[in-house]
Amino acid sequence: MPELRNFTLNFGPQHPAAHGVLRMVLELDGEVVMRADPHIGLLHRATEKLAENKTWIQSVPYMDRLDYMSMMCNEHAYCMAIERLLQIEVPIRAQYIRVMFDEITRILNHLLWVGCHGLDVGAMTMVLYAFREREDLVDCYEAVSGARMHAAYYRPGGVYRDLPDSMPQYRESKWHSATQVKALNEVRSGSLLDFLEDFVNRFPKLLDEYETLLTDNRIWKQRLVDVGIVSPERALQRGFTGPMLRGSGIAWDLRKKQPYEVYDRVDFDIPVGVNGDSYDRYLVRMEEMRQANRIVKQCIDWLRQNPGPVISDNHKVAPPSREAMKSNMEELIHHFKLCTEGIHVPAGEVYSAVEHPKGEFGIYLVSDGANKPYRLKIRAPGYVHLSAMNEMVCGHMLADVVTIIGSQDVVFGEIDR
Amino acid sequence: MSATLEALSKTLNTHLGDRVKSLEVAFGEVTLEVDAADYLPVMMSLRDEPALAFEELIDLCGVDYSTYANVPRTGRRFAAVVHLLSVSRNWRLRVRAFAPDDDFPSLPSVTAIWNCADWFEREAFDLYGIVFPGHTDLRRILTDYGFIGHPFRKDFPLSGYVEMRYDPDQQRVIYEPVTIEPREVTPRIVRESTYGNTDNA
Repeated sequence: MPELRNFTLNFGPQHPAAHGVLRMVLELDGEVVMRADPHIGLLHRATEKLAENKTWIQSVPYMDRLDYMSMMCNEHAYCMAIERLLQIEVPIRAQYIRVMFDEITRILNHLLWVGCHGLDVGAMTMVLYAFREREDLVDCYEAVSGARMHAAYYRPGGVYRDLPDSMPQYRESKWHSATQVKALNEVRSGSLLDFLEDFVNRFPKLLDEYETLLTDNRIWKQRLVDVGIVSPERALQRGFTGPMLRGSGIAWDLRKKQPYEVYDRVDFDIPVGVNGDSYDRYLVRMEEMRQANRIVKQCIDWLRQNPGPVISDNHKVAPPSREAMKSNMEELIHHFKLCTEGIHVPAGEVYSAVEHPKGEFGIYLVSDGANKPYRLKIRAPGYVHLSAMNEMVCGHMLADVVTIIGSQDVVFGEIDR
Repeated sequence: MSATLEALSKTLNTHLGDRVKSLEVAFGEVTLEVDAADYLPVMMSLRDEPALAFEELIDLCGVDYSTYANVPRTGRRFAAVVHLLSVSRNWRLRVRAFAPDDDFPSLPSVTAIWNCADWFEREAFDLYGIVFPGHTDLRRILTDYGFIGHPFRKDFPLSGYVEMRYDPDQQRVIYEPVTIEPREVTPRIVRESTYGNTDNA
């Protein structure tokens, strides 16, 4: 009898289903995966080291580039860590804006996830619908910060500026006639909040449509049900957080258990899975989008009624207004010191975590009292989830590897940092 | 200090006794410092003691304290900082252990206690050169294949030592000494502790 040896397959780093630059060395016995060894770091940019050599505020845009699918949530954890070290209060309106944009980000992330996961597994049309809705939400990002992805909108002490009163408009071109443009601009005639309100009213119905495409789809279920089962005990042992942990049946959500900003004032539920397989994680994420939509709605109602400042008036931390800077010597000095030397954060260490769309995103900051962080550690949820890859794919077929990568929702910006 | 933090500190003192080197509460967080020799047994009790119940390891990272506050360092240089979370008791803890030898920093591995420490320890090894005896597969993780040095140490330059390019003559990728001039736009300044005090804004 000939000697049979396992077959080693190199998966990635350039593979459409690898969700970025993941290289995996798979050991196969026939079509069954015996061992998976992910090689990461192909996108390593040493963000943490760079941050040690930049002033506190200069690192905010780096945060966008970590998990580039949920930009504002990363900024949130970073700004919150600095605020806790400085022990400053964030204005309540800024807290509501942050919560609203965190939830918009969650919808953005999960929409991309459901689209790409669908694409990996063979549900080709999902991505088209998901991107249609993402477009409206990145428009909100653009309206508020000027950038569609890398917003740098959250700042230590609040947010960069208040919500705008108008939305960018479509213009007539050779692809859009005047009547088409008029129809497109109809929902954009009011403020950002009007535009968002229109979106949150439409969105639950659209989610129902997605579910008719996927939830009871036979092929979808064949590819997802019972693939990559993680028991609650193993999920804790492997450090899972977010939808991965909830999919395994543990009702753990930082927004409820350790509320930050104004999450204790809004009403929402935490979906929890039963079997801990990929299908349950899919259901959890779909329900999370509905809940996020609910939170956005509550924030819109609150923000309409309660105007106020959106950034701290402590000018040792947040720059003074342009007008004040040009008419007042004191403010000019503040502005100059802030823009040249930056914030001085008192010595100490904090770990601040947010419920990021992918799990617990934490920032561990060590300050020695300088104008730059002494050590910044980014705790990326995807890093921990991917480290469980070997355990999750063992004994599954090669085709299931793609399902499991998809259901972990990995993004290499945050894993490689 | 909130009631939870107080309860946690009390429980830690009762269950760990004199293995607690220092216990500090600041910014609403508890930091426990232990000796490298006590590190592993303390971690074991933190997970298994029902009154503490830290089921989940959230983060483990290396820190290089050699240039802290811009003054020459007298104490140990490398530390591993671990963040733990208890899902059942809803509290967090930070544990710090300094590696006894600066030239060959080493701390026991906690992968057997929390399996997810696997990649975190590989990362701390890769970036800081802290070795974790007991780890079964301590390879580099984030840096390039064949990388030399530990890039997050404070004495490693930000621009690194080598740069890479494709050489059309040799038709392969080659490494050369780095040509970037190191440049610091904003110098690092440590002021007296009252400077920029947010109270007197």
